[in-house]
Amino acid sequence: MSGLRGAASIAGAGTYGLGEAPGQSELEITAGAVKAALEDAGLKAADVDGVFCASMTYNMGSLTLCEYLGIAPKFSDSSMIGGSSNLAHLLTAMMAIATGQCDVALVAYGSNQRSMSGRLVSTSRPDPFESPYGPRQPITSYALAASRHMHEYGTTREQLAEVATAARAWAAMNPDAFLREPLSIEDVLNSRPISDPFTVRDCCLVTDGGGAVILTSPERARDLERPPVPVLGGAMAHWHRAITNMPDLTVTAASDSGPRAYAMAGVSVDDTDLVQVYDAFTINTIMFLEDLGFCAKGEGGAFVEDGAIAPGGRLVVNTNGGGLSCCHPGMYGIFPLIEAVRQLRGDCGERQQANPEIALAHGNGGLFSSQVTLILGTDGTL
Amino acid sequence: MPADTAAPGPEQAYFDALADGRFMLQHCNACGENVFYPRALCPHCGADALVWREASGRGTVHATSVVRRRPEQGPPYNVVLIDLEEGPRMMSRVETIAPEAVRIGMAVTAVIDRSGDDPVVVFRPAGGGA
Ligand SMILES: [Zn+2]
Repeated sequence: MSGLRGAASIAGAGTYGLGEAPGQSELEITAGAVKAALEDAGLKAADVDGVFCASMTYNMGSLTLCEYLGIAPKFSDSSMIGGSSNLAHLLTAMMAIATGQCDVALVAYGSNQRSMSGRLVSTSRPDPFESPYGPRQPITSYALAASRHMHEYGTTREQLAEVATAARAWAAMNPDAFLREPLSIEDVLNSRPISDPFTVRDCCLVTDGGGAVILTSPERARDLERPPVPVLGGAMAHWHRAITNMPDLTVTAASDSGPRAYAMAGVSVDDTDLVQVYDAFTINTIMFLEDLGFCAKGEGGAFVEDGAIAPGGRLVVNTNGGGLSCCHPGMYGIFPLIEAVRQLRGDCGERQQANPEIALAHGNGGLFSSQVTLILGTDGTL
Repeated sequence: MPADTAAPGPEQAYFDALADGRFMLQHCNACGENVFYPRALCPHCGADALVWREASGRGTVHATSVVRRRPEQGPPYNVVLIDLEEGPRMMSRVETIAPEAVRIGMAVTAVIDRSGDDPVVVFRPAGGGA
């Protein structure tokens, strides 16, 4: 097994301002999540000596956040690889802790994307080879991948809709979720068309919200307030940035990051009690279940049919309601991670699973581009 | 200024050729692969041996979407990925047929659209169809 297996444990997790946080700045939302995570861990800001923060608006996210919080870190990282950045930060934080660069790492993210309603300024240069054609980004890029998956494997519009209805059924059990009213396949198909084959209900929400986790050594985590959640495995991969240059529109780099994360953890897909994947669009869940090994390539559509990933189904997926129904403040990556932590600690109330021991959290960034897979466990699995 | 930075780079050279009515691809003299979008180094082998060749203009629709808008924002339009005969893939649109009528696998031919501020490569069904 890899030397990094279990090198750090999650000692605290918190969220703040999920849904709508009118009148709150990005940093105010992020700070709310940091406070919640520190209180959860029983630590103070002065204990933090490593900070990891990517932002949609501050291109030196960790500098901005450290100044705001009054933290002078020994190590920080603001790397931006899209919505999977926060999960990639966890991997870097593990290495920093294992090598003595820091002892207590804070990974934090926040956005007021909903309340700013389109007034956020993009920090990304328009692609001169795509933007002339007017793709509605990021939606059209994922829609093009979905068109290809439907063409090659016969994946249907209804199967895509199943992903959205399952997410909504989970969200109904999550008081923090933004949309909780019942959603049917017909509702998804008949909602406002955006970029074929997607309607608005195939697309993630636009919300406000922040999330933060605290990572430290397994020994120190055991002395803190909450049950530690060791990071058993982690890996990242990316093969392209723009959708035009994705080598195969039906296969993501999760097919590389997933097996390497499992190999580090020394566990398998069959050992996995719950799965939290970044569902920016309905096709994402289908392709990630394939690429991470929960079903064969091309069978993801059939796999999710008949409520198979809804509560009571054959696989426990996105128990918070996902980016489709819980929250999606610009980048969603830290939220599947936090939901996995909460399930492993038994914090999830009505939607809590019975004694889960192994959880997968998977982040996606860019346009099906950057993929980060983490395998988390209970302290007993370390 | 060193001689090798006196001329426009590949990105500028591509758009300059397009403005002159020529759709150019790069060919790698080291590994034989064709390259799009234009680059300074071959993404297949790393060599700086990329030379320009005019594209045949023949391609096949690889993936397609129709971008829908509110009526006041204008009619729906098509966005596709095209597999060029030479190998590379590019984003574009298929014109002269309804956006919903574009199908994966459809044979298409490139034309240079100069109607906007900057020339762009767009496609029409092959054989002058529709
Ligand atoms: Zn080459």
